[in-house]
Amino acid sequence: MSENVPLPKAPEIWPEVTPYWDAAAEGRLVVMRCLSCEKHYVHPRPFCPHCGSDRTEWCDAAGTGTIYTFTITDRAPVFKVPAMVQLAEGPIMMTAIVDCDPASVEIGQQVSVAFQPTEDGPPLPVFKPV
Amino acid sequence: MYPSDANIIGIYEHPTRKADGISLAQLHADVAKGAVEDAGLSLSDVDGYFCGADAPGIGAMTMAQYMGLDLRYTDSTETGGSSYIGHVHHAALAIAAGKCDVALITCADNQVASRKFIGLGGVDWRGAPEQPFEDGYYFGPAALYGMVAQRHMHEFGTTAEQMAWVKVAASHHAQHNPNALLRDVVTVEDVISSPIVASPLHRLDCCVMSDGGGAVVLARPEIAKNLKRPNVRLRGAGEAVKHNAGGKVDLSYSAGCESSRSAFAEAGVTPADIRYASLYDSFTITVIMQLEDLGFCEKGEGGRFVADGNLISGVGKLPFNTDGGGLCNNHPGNRGGITKLLEAVRQLRGEAHPAVQVPDCSLAVAHGTGGSLAGYHGSATAILERV
Repeated sequence: MSENVPLPKAPEIWPEVTPYWDAAAEGRLVVMRCLSCEKHYVHPRPFCPHCGSDRTEWCDAAGTGTIYTFTITDRAPVFKVPAMVQLAEGPIMMTAIVDCDPASVEIGQQVSVAFQPTEDGPPLPVFKPV
Repeated sequence: MYPSDANIIGIYEHPTRKADGISLAQLHADVAKGAVEDAGLSLSDVDGYFCGADAPGIGAMTMAQYMGLDLRYTDSTETGGSSYIGHVHHAALAIAAGKCDVALITCADNQVASRKFIGLGGVDWRGAPEQPFEDGYYFGPAALYGMVAQRHMHEFGTTAEQMAWVKVAASHHAQHNPNALLRDVVTVEDVISSPIVASPLHRLDCCVMSDGGGAVVLARPEIAKNLKRPNVRLRGAGEAVKHNAGGKVDLSYSAGCESSRSAFAEAGVTPADIRYASLYDSFTITVIMQLEDLGFCEKGEGGRFVADGNLISGVGKLPFNTDGGGLCNNHPGNRGGITKLLEAVRQLRGEAHPAVQVPDCSLAVAHGTGGSLAGYHGSATAILERV
């Protein structure tokens, strides 16, 4: 991770999604999967936003994906490359690209998950070029 | 019957762009009084009131007490900057249903003067379930729309020069508006040589931040026809919400596809019939997306459509935002929907600045997008005609 930059603020943890942040603290990215329509989804919630089913489960993500889109900005205090990454499981999540030369970042680029420490909470999933 | 049962009879735009020495409630009251007086009415004639989260306190009740309104219908629909175009839709429905006779819509904000840069005026994000999954990455509006623009360039070959033409057109119009924040005419080169805010968006691809506001008054035609002002009829309206659907994201289109489909179908007209367009211009890419989504050009052709001055009044095929829009004129509360209505009404009345007035402007569209095109957003479309 970059040095001499402030840590991001800790995420607020809603009761329904503690497994997500517990996994992040262990260095694992988890996503939710619907047992009825069998689709994965982000961000987590106890029911499936695709079909409404309550039959859902947490599962480990592969931790790999491709960049769907990104931007390079000096206005964010921590991350210079906010992005949306399409996970190997299908869903596209909001995140940031780290450990990269921003000028070399491209849509479609392969990335893998990493974890950015926060001020006083669980780390945030981010992605770095493979 | 609806939609012919509601006319826009009064409008007002606050001239301030930095509201020092005036409270938020008084800004709302000022624009309300301005609009009812433009109609030849007074606040005592208003029996329906519509506002977004930018209104102080509990919104409609708070402002009803402050302005002394005697209301039998209220609506506080909140879809960000598109709220007020949705309010016009709802006001027409309420009037058609006999729920009110004179409907007032206000928008105002003073966060520039009060130095409270809170983004979308009045919105409280507490409890928004996506926030823990987005906040830490610091997605500001420019970063979100930068991602939309990046994707548009990737999918359709849109260029920075094409996006710049949107700002160039807005600046050509703003030079004639004495209240506009930015009145200097700019070139494509000026836009693409301005500093990057969030790639590929430059500073001049971004709208201004300002205070101020505006108001719109609608009434049933029997009331409207006895007033002295030119009448503008709501011919069709539509609304829609789009979001990131559990991660099934497609940033190539907006909720404007659905809101405009409803509005054009209800109006019984097509984009080819439109003489003037007020389009939400939070960023230049916003306009390009909306031109495609409303059907003024094919999907992916927006960049080519706006090039070479096609949006400049008197020059191009589709004059847009002839007040200078959010890119040059104002953007009170980061809520541009109200000003989109105001300039469309001026055009239909023949009261736009002579240098930008569209000759014989008989049919116009006002379209808004509220929220973020890279996240959840509401779109509202109103087809307005001179009667």
